[in-house]
Amino acid sequence: MADPVDVLIIGAGASGAALAWSLAETRMRIVCLEQGDWQSNAKFPSTGRDWEERQYQDFSISPNVRRGIGDYPINDDDSPIKIANFNGVGGGTILYAAHFPRLHPSDFRVRSLDGVAEDWPIDYKTLEPFYAENDRIMGVSGLAGDPAYPPKEPPLPPIPLGRTGETVGRGFNKLGWHWWPADAAIATRDYEGRSRCINLGHCGAGCSQGAKASTDITYWPLAIRQRVELRTRCRVREITTGDDGMAKGVVYYDSEGREQFQAAEIVIVACNGIGTPRLLLNSASARCPQGLANSSGLVGKNLMFHPYARIQGTFAQPLDGYRGPHISIWSQQFYETDPQRGFVRGYTFQTDRGAGPVTTALGGMRNGTIPWGADHHRAFRDYFNHTAAFSAICEDLPEETNTVTLDPALKDAHGVPAPRIHYRLSDNSRSMLNHAVATGTEAMRAAGALAVHAEYPTAHGGWHLMGTARMGRDPERSVVNEWGRSHDVRNLFIVDGSVFVTSGGVNPTSTIQALALYVADNIKNRLSNLFD
Amino acid sequence: MTDDTQQLAISPREAQELRSYAAAMIPASVEFAVPGADDEQIFAAILHSANARASSVVAALARLAELGGGSFAGLDGDSQQRVAGFFRRESPALAWQLSLLVASHYYRDDRVMRALGMETRAPFPQGFEVEQGDWTLLEPVRSGPKRYRDVNG
Repeated sequence: MADPVDVLIIGAGASGAALAWSLAETRMRIVCLEQGDWQSNAKFPSTGRDWEERQYQDFSISPNVRRGIGDYPINDDDSPIKIANFNGVGGGTILYAAHFPRLHPSDFRVRSLDGVAEDWPIDYKTLEPFYAENDRIMGVSGLAGDPAYPPKEPPLPPIPLGRTGETVGRGFNKLGWHWWPADAAIATRDYEGRSRCINLGHCGAGCSQGAKASTDITYWPLAIRQRVELRTRCRVREITTGDDGMAKGVVYYDSEGREQFQAAEIVIVACNGIGTPRLLLNSASARCPQGLANSSGLVGKNLMFHPYARIQGTFAQPLDGYRGPHISIWSQQFYETDPQRGFVRGYTFQTDRGAGPVTTALGGMRNGTIPWGADHHRAFRDYFNHTAAFSAICEDLPEETNTVTLDPALKDAHGVPAPRIHYRLSDNSRSMLNHAVATGTEAMRAAGALAVHAEYPTAHGGWHLMGTARMGRDPERSVVNEWGRSHDVRNLFIVDGSVFVTSGGVNPTSTIQALALYVADNIKNRLSNLFD
Repeated sequence: MTDDTQQLAISPREAQELRSYAAAMIPASVEFAVPGADDEQIFAAILHSANARASSVVAALARLAELGGGSFAGLDGDSQQRVAGFFRRESPALAWQLSLLVASHYYRDDRVMRALGMETRAPFPQGFEVEQGDWTLLEPVRSGPKRYRDVNG
C-alpha cells in the first residue's frame, strides 16, 4: 500500500488540472490518478498527410471507435446523441475546439426567471473572478465589449474573423442580430511559453503547435513544478469508505495492471459527467448499496448534453475552408428566454469555418449534397472551401429520466462495469432545435448563401456531459453542496461537469474550470473545519 | 504481422470488388483533370490500408457482393450506383468503413490536391494564413443594446 496522501484527485482533464494547480500552494501532498497517458504534440494528426483520416480512427472523438489505452467503452445505443470524450492528461481539452464562452448570469437562475429546472446555489458574480483567473492561465483570446455579457477582458487578442467570420457577420448585420468574435482558448500570440496559433485548422484532433490551451500544457506543468504528483495509466475502480462514512482512499489498477490501494484524507472526483457517476455507482457497498454519495438517488440522473443543430451554407466565393481555428464568431441573439418563441431558455450559434477535403467529401456524400459518380467532382468543388456552418448549441434542461447507469454486461479492459446511457430529446429541446434551424437558415441566406442544408440533432455531438451529480443546498435534491462537497461523504468532492444544475446554451469547459478553481478556493479557505 | 500476411488479408476477388466500389464512388474526370479512386497508385494505398483493417473491410465487401447478386464488380454502372445507394442506406456503418477508406486516400493524393489548389503537405509545421477580416463590421453590434438579462445576486 502506498503512503497516504492529503489530496487524491481522480482525473487529469479540464477540472482536475485546474484544481490541482490551485491546491498546490497549500503544500499538501497531492496525487492525481489518470487512466490515460500524456500526449505528444509531435504525434498529433496534423503532423502527417493522413491528418484527416486519423480523426476518424485513433483520434476519433468516440471512445468506442478510438479504443485508446485510457478509454473505457460506453453503451450509448439508447441515445440519439453519442458520447464524445478523450481520456488522458488534458482530458477533453485535447480534442475540444477551444470555444470558450461563459454562462450568462441568467443561467444560474432558471427556476426564478423561467419557472423550469432549479436555480444554482451560486451565481455569476461568485464565479466571475474564477472565470477571469482561468482565462489568464488558459490564455483566452477574445475581444472586450461583447454586449451579450457583463464586462470581461480576455487576455489575448481575438482569433481572426477571416473570410468566414466577415461573410457571416455581414449577414447578421443585415438582420440587426447580435454577433461577436468567439472567446477561444487559443493563443493568438506567444503566451506563457506557448507558441501562437498558425491556423493549422485541426484543433479537434490535438494542436501540434501547442497554441490551443489543453491542460497538459497549461495547468499541469505549473502544478507539477509545485510538486503535485501525476500518475498516468492508473484506472480507479472504486472509492472505499470506512465505518465513519468517510472516504478512505481508492482501489486502482496501475500501469502494469496491478491492483493498488491509495489512502487519502480528501478524495476529489474529476472524471466528467459520465465517468464520475460511473465511479460513484461502481463504489456501491453494503453501507451505500445505491452507490457512493447517492442518498438523494440523483447520481447518474439529469444527464444533460447540448443538443446541436447544424446549419451549413454554401457560398459562391471561397471562404476560409480548412484553414484557421474551426470556430470563428458567435451569435447569442436567441440566448435569453422569449416566451413568444414557444420554448424556454435559448441557444448560441457557434460559427464554424470549413473542413478538409476528406471531411467535405464524406459529409457531402452522407447527407446527399455531394453525389457518387460522374457528378461528384463538380458538386465537391461547389462545397470545398465554400461553406460556413452554424452549430446551434441548445440548452438542455435536466430530466431525471436521462441517465447514466452501469451496463450489466459491458466492461472495460480491467473488468470494471462500463456506463450505459439512456437519453431522449425533450419537447422543449425539439422546439428550440427547430427554431435554430429556421433562424440559422435565415442568417445564412442573409449572408449570401446559395444553398442551406440543416439537420439535427448532431449524432456524434455528445461532448458536453453535465448534471449527473448536481450541486445544491438540499441533500434530497442534489449530490454535492454549494462548494462541491458531497452531502453524504464529507471528505469527497466533485469538480467536473457532473455538478452543473443546468446546462446553459454554451460550451461548458470555461465554467467547469471556473467551478474547479472555486471549489479549490473553498477547500483552502475551510481547511481548519473542512469536514464539519 | 508480416507484409506477406497482410497481403493475404484481402483476397484478389475482394480487391477487385473494392476497386469497383472506389471507381463508382469517385471516377476519373477529364474535365477536372483528376484520376479516379481506382487509379493504380491511389488504389495501392487504399489496398494497403484495407489489409490493415481487413476484418471490417471484408465484412463490408461481403455484404456489398451479396446485394449485387454475388459480385458488385460484375454489375454495370447504373446497377452499381443503385446497389451502392441501397448499401449505404441499409448498412451505414459498413458503408462508412469503405467510404472513409476510399475518400481518405483519394483526397491526399498529390495530383488531386494540386487540382484543388492545395499544397501537398501536412498542415504542421508551416500552418496557413487566415485574413483578419474587417473588424469595423462590429460597430453596429458594439453600439447596440445590452443583450443579457440582469439578475439579482
